[in-house]
Amino acid sequence: MRLWRARGWHCAALLAVALLLCACRHAAPPATQTVTFWAMGREGESVRRLMPAFEREHPDIRVRVEILPWKAAHQKLLTAFAGDVTPDLCQLGNTWVPELAALGALQPLGAQVRASKSVDPDDYFPGIWDTNRIDGTLYGVPWYVDTRLLFYRKDLLAKAGFDHPPRSWGEWARQMAAIKAMVGPSRYAVLLPLNEFEQLESLGLQQPQSMLRDGGRYGNFQSPGFKRALRFYSEIFRNDWAPKVTNAEASNPWAEFGRGYFAFYVSGPWNIEEFKNRLPASQQGDWATAPLPGPDGPGTSLAGGASLVIFRASRHKQAAWKLIEYLSRPDVQRTFYQLVGDMPPRRSAWDNSALADDPHAHAFRVQLERARPVPKVPEWERIAAQLALVEERMAHGQLSVDQAAQLLNARADAILAKRRWVLAHEPSKAPERSP
Amino acid sequence: MKSRRMAAWMFLAPALLVLGVFFVLPVLGGFALSLTDFDPYALADLHNLRFIGLGNYLALLQRPEFWSALGNTLYFVLVGVPLTMLASLGAALLLNHRLTRWHAAFRTALFAPVVTTLVAAAVVWRYVFNTRFGLANGLLSGLGLDPVDWLGDPRWAMPTLILFAVWKNLGYNMILFLAGLQSIPPQLYEAARIDGASAPRTFWHVTLPMLGPTLLMVGILTLSGYFQMFTEPYVITEGGPLQSTVSVLYLMYEDGFKWWNLGMASAVAFMLFVLMFAITSGLLLFARRRGHA
Amino acid sequence: MKLRLASVCVNGTLIGMALIALFPLLWMLSVSFMQPGMASALPPPLLPAHPTFANYRDLFAQSGMGGYFLNSLLIATIATLISLVFNLMAGYAFAKLRFAGRERLFQALIGGLVIPAQVAMMPLFLLLKWMGLVDTYLGVMAPMLVTIFGIFLVRQYARSIPDELLEAARIDGAGEGRIFVQIVLPLLKPIVVTLAIFTFLASWNDFMWPLIVLTSQQHYTLPVALAALSRERVQDTEQMMAGAVVTMLPVLALFLMMQRHYIQGLLLGSVKG
Repeated sequence: MRLWRARGWHCAALLAVALLLCACRHAAPPATQTVTFWAMGREGESVRRLMPAFEREHPDIRVRVEILPWKAAHQKLLTAFAGDVTPDLCQLGNTWVPELAALGALQPLGAQVRASKSVDPDDYFPGIWDTNRIDGTLYGVPWYVDTRLLFYRKDLLAKAGFDHPPRSWGEWARQMAAIKAMVGPSRYAVLLPLNEFEQLESLGLQQPQSMLRDGGRYGNFQSPGFKRALRFYSEIFRNDWAPKVTNAEASNPWAEFGRGYFAFYVSGPWNIEEFKNRLPASQQGDWATAPLPGPDGPGTSLAGGASLVIFRASRHKQAAWKLIEYLSRPDVQRTFYQLVGDMPPRRSAWDNSALADDPHAHAFRVQLERARPVPKVPEWERIAAQLALVEERMAHGQLSVDQAAQLLNARADAILAKRRWVLAHEPSKAPERSP
Repeated sequence: MKSRRMAAWMFLAPALLVLGVFFVLPVLGGFALSLTDFDPYALADLHNLRFIGLGNYLALLQRPEFWSALGNTLYFVLVGVPLTMLASLGAALLLNHRLTRWHAAFRTALFAPVVTTLVAAAVVWRYVFNTRFGLANGLLSGLGLDPVDWLGDPRWAMPTLILFAVWKNLGYNMILFLAGLQSIPPQLYEAARIDGASAPRTFWHVTLPMLGPTLLMVGILTLSGYFQMFTEPYVITEGGPLQSTVSVLYLMYEDGFKWWNLGMASAVAFMLFVLMFAITSGLLLFARRRGHA
Repeated sequence: MKLRLASVCVNGTLIGMALIALFPLLWMLSVSFMQPGMASALPPPLLPAHPTFANYRDLFAQSGMGGYFLNSLLIATIATLISLVFNLMAGYAFAKLRFAGRERLFQALIGGLVIPAQVAMMPLFLLLKWMGLVDTYLGVMAPMLVTIFGIFLVRQYARSIPDELLEAARIDGAGEGRIFVQIVLPLLKPIVVTLAIFTFLASWNDFMWPLIVLTSQQHYTLPVALAALSRERVQDTEQMMAGAVVTMLPVLALFLMMQRHYIQGLLLGSVKG
């Protein structure tokens, strides 16, 4: 073996420089109380701009906003909990509240809310507020809301002979049939992307029976109500009112909506801005929003959005609560809406804001009064993912309504197996209360 | 004498301690974990942990996601490894050719991708293979060919990742092959020349047999590297499109660190380990029969 | 004439391969100097029309690239230093010190090489949680502090140290520690350099484990930060290329400076033990 001339000093010099660089890093003096706030994506970027005003009001508190990418947020939160490195407070998608509450990660907030002068539960949309209450304990305060309803083409509807959007499933079906007959085989009445579960989930929420039974121990997808939802959903595809496509294939729904590829679109508030920006000025008068039709009249829809929560392990709970109160103030919420376009959860924040005058937002205001949380079990995300898999096979005719309901129940029961065992061995945990 | 034995253990102690705590213990723990249903409930309260024997392994065999991840990984390995070996052997042969000039420059250029940070290189490739503005499609359209949806089409995503892996790893294998080629005694070539053997015959009857052990070693190194594919799909495709690039490790990562089903994730990891071990042993056995190793 | 043609073929093919190998890297460098949005044009531009440092400035000023850079540097440096000490001591002991069960222990270690690190990740996380090391630099370094490969490399090299040299020192009454520091280490210098480069590069480029164990942005290493940025800001091609340059440049430079040591080490490490 050949021996080489040593060139070790190269390395040594590099290491020395590195160590010098590191030494400077930890020289920062300790600040006053610092609250760590995890927020996601655009919300995180916008909320940073609200912090200087908060820090002026509370000179003893500094807020460090850390932005989590939406795609990685769920995972980062669980990892932080698993590793005992949770932040003080956090923005939390409200379907995730049950999961983190079940982990024991969240601080109950009932006492703070009762003592608070500014956070008034009665001012919030009830369905949204309810998403934060697990087994009677409050774990979060709604920050912004999100629900699903109808975007529709007024002009196409008028051409088919209707002067108002549908109010019930029967009316909706008649309108879809008429539009389909009018536009022919290459166009459709409605777009329901087959990889999105929210549409079927919303139809399921409109039923009198909950989608899970026995306190969230078993699936309840074979109930008459959910079967009715499945039947309506599959009818839409059987009659060819909706194209059998996923999101990936209908990647530009805005342009397709403008071109009249479909006349109804079930989606959320973020699309108001998208349609305003992406449709030409000449078409701006042609589209509108309407509450989601229900089986027998105006229906409910899902109560989505995000809440603010405090972690149990936080050492700055009081300061974190002050930040929640600040972010819940109607004037701050109005500013936040202007910054990012997320709808406020409080009625008083809607009044006197740009929202009150926006005709497209009005339907959301109406719908939010009739929003309902999805079943509050930690496993719901995984069960909802099954909805998308099953609805796609049903739409392609591979499953009948009965088979789909049975399959969903089987999958849900399997996913919930551990929950049943845990509940059986821990009688203190009260079951989910049916709404 | 006794003090020297003591000294030996003193020298070994730090390394063995660290290895024991951060490697041996976790590996044993991993097997134990794979026999439990460790999930978020157990994370919240250890009383919710149950011993379920081989339950995770049995469940795994019935999971369509596992089989498709295994299929994707095998695709990557079975196509990627031979391709990488061929390309790097070719490069080594060319570099070793007596007509080659600028040895050092070529070697450095071909080796450069190996030392680049995998994540950064993957980010670059993601843009090179962008459907609309990527260089790859720019080149195709320059040649008058139709653009390919490299990363959006489930049929093309895996081949694109394989191309990336070949680009990234070619240099490493090339260096090992080069060393193998240079260790072949020149007398053998001399003898072949005197016998009047053609270049292909010389390659087939002298070079390749003499390269046997190197081939085996490079093959095993590449194989085990490719079985552990994770960063490529994580950065370039995020497992898509349509789950077509979800590898076994990607599945383990999602099971374990996204859904926190650590029991199931450990079972996935051990399945991968067993598979890698079986294939490597098989290769070694095969080579031993042929008398290479 | 035939020779000339062959020469053109051989060198031409090599030039082609070298171009393919370098092209993505050169393109990355070029795009990183383009104005935001300029790379997204048809046909894809090869050179910046108006070169700018704006992407780098934004990365450091807004995305905190400086912090990530320091994290990477700190972690890679400390991991390298610690692992050098531990691996050198153990490798030397396996090569030159006699004790009962030496060969068997070494065989066991080599056997451990076949176990993929991922098998240990889940329990390792739980272990670090128990130790309070999740989301810390030490937590990232834990699996790097001793590597079987490093011990193996040192042992292979140290075996060439003549026993007589050590015996002579012992007869002179030197303790084992002094022998190691004053006689062995200077002889091991080349492998120290090689191992240092290896460990530094491996630690700098490591991705999966830091991705798992680091939860807060302020502790991210460059690869983890770059992966997160590129997922969030897909459309900012130019800035992502600048980020890739910042991530790659130090290791590429280190490699170019120390190429010989690196490649010798690579060959030494792959010799079957």
